[in-house]
Amino acid sequence: MSNAILSVRDLNAWYDRSHVVQGISFDVNAGEVVTLMGRNGAGKTSTLRSIMGMLDKRAGSVVFNGQEILATPAFSRFHAGLAFVPEDRRIVPGLTVRENLQLGLIASRARDTTDAMIDEIAQTFPRLKERLSQEGTSLSGGEQQMLAIARAMMAKPRMILMDEPSEGVMPVLVDEMFELFARMKRNGVTILLVEQNVERALSITDRAYILDQGRIVHQGTAAELLADDEIQSKYCAV
Amino acid sequence: MAEISFQLLLLQLMTGLALGAIYALLAVGLSLIFGMLTVVNFAHGAFFMVGAFLGVYFLGLTGSFWFSLVLTPLAVGAIGLLCERFLVRPLYGRGIDYPLLLTFGLSYVMIESMRVLFGLEGVPTSVPAELKGVVDLGIGSFPTYRLFLIVATAVIIGALWLFIEKTRYGLIIRAGSRDPEIVRILGVDIARVWLIVFGIGTAIAGLSGLLAAPTRAVNAEMGIPVLAESFVVTVVGGMGSLPGAVVAGLLVGVVFSMTSLFAPEYAELSIFVLMAVVLLVRPQGLFGKAGLMG
Repeated sequence: MSNAILSVRDLNAWYDRSHVVQGISFDVNAGEVVTLMGRNGAGKTSTLRSIMGMLDKRAGSVVFNGQEILATPAFSRFHAGLAFVPEDRRIVPGLTVRENLQLGLIASRARDTTDAMIDEIAQTFPRLKERLSQEGTSLSGGEQQMLAIARAMMAKPRMILMDEPSEGVMPVLVDEMFELFARMKRNGVTILLVEQNVERALSITDRAYILDQGRIVHQGTAAELLADDEIQSKYCAV
Repeated sequence: MAEISFQLLLLQLMTGLALGAIYALLAVGLSLIFGMLTVVNFAHGAFFMVGAFLGVYFLGLTGSFWFSLVLTPLAVGAIGLLCERFLVRPLYGRGIDYPLLLTFGLSYVMIESMRVLFGLEGVPTSVPAELKGVVDLGIGSFPTYRLFLIVATAVIIGALWLFIEKTRYGLIIRAGSRDPEIVRILGVDIARVWLIVFGIGTAIAGLSGLLAAPTRAVNAEMGIPVLAESFVVTVVGGMGSLPGAVVAGLLVGVVFSMTSLFAPEYAELSIFVLMAVVLLVRPQGLFGKAGLMG
């Protein structure tokens, strides 16, 4: 697919000796929302982490925006326009909401625009706006997740990888979050999502890949997968 | 016991603060490096010692204490940068004991190098001319140089605090000491931050060596007891805590100085007793977070 902004080919990765990603290949086209699904331990998080260069032992090829990035240092992906929201949110303790947002642009050439970007982001995340001077880790789980997403959006990435954004978030905030993803998609941000909340995820997804034991076992459009109860019950039940 | 006046007590307190200022500076450098890199820098005393030697050397070269005050931390910090880049860096991710053993060995290399370069007896030092004499504090006269030590330390620590709390780079340091991975995801080359922090920490050690030089004998072994004392201070303050390093540094200085007024033979011992008491009451140190560095 020539339109792919992210091309993963024969990706392999190891945690110590365990071979957690076993030859995964897939594409994400510019502007698409693609979801990786599968049970716990299927290798979804490891796939994201190896794309981000955070697993030490990795092999294969990851081309982002025309550049091979698999072997490059982890921090360089940010500068290529690839953002990541890890599953445990990683709000830095001891820093305020504002400081956590500042971190989102701290390595960017556009860091002079930090204050303007925080104002802009605060429009999108009204919950954060009122809490800018509060310590980030004092927010509720859902608000912390919003903060983590907002922080990743500060640098206006081309593509964002999100690991289980709805986990541990109360339903009303999950609604808000998926509305936000839909809006991000309309604004042209490419999203690669790992999500256990299958129906929710498929509601905004173009295509999905189903992983099992470190391999892709199935792929299809959201409509195809939604219609297929067997696949859902076989691979996606938590 | 001879009668001890209130004035004498206050003067001794000031003497303790001047001594504590050096401890505070040393512990700040040690804590900065530990808090950021999780490296227990056993060469910290050696960097202090090299700072004392280079301080005297640059003073002789330039004839100006103030030039030396600028050049010495730069030179010691540069040595620190080289050590981090080529010796410590390959050991990251292998556990805390590798860099500890490396820096322990490094300290002996530095000690022997100074013996070779400057001789076994060390070098003579004196208080810089412009800081000689005493000032009247209202409670009695106090050596100008010791007052300078207290003021200089306050300025250095104040500047460091501003740097860490108020600048962009300081935000990277604060975030990176707590979660290096997210800082990396957000585009920061954390290895470079570690390098710079090691440089700053060792530069401060060198600076404290230079500042301490006029008040003690400058020889190759002078950093050995200082290392032990700096560890006492960081343990009392809480490993990795900068406010803890400052408060504990001053506290250790005052305890040492007060004990030497009443029972000089127990002065050395007193700071270790203080450490034992703190460890019994608050094992994580005065400002440390239980279980993990701050």
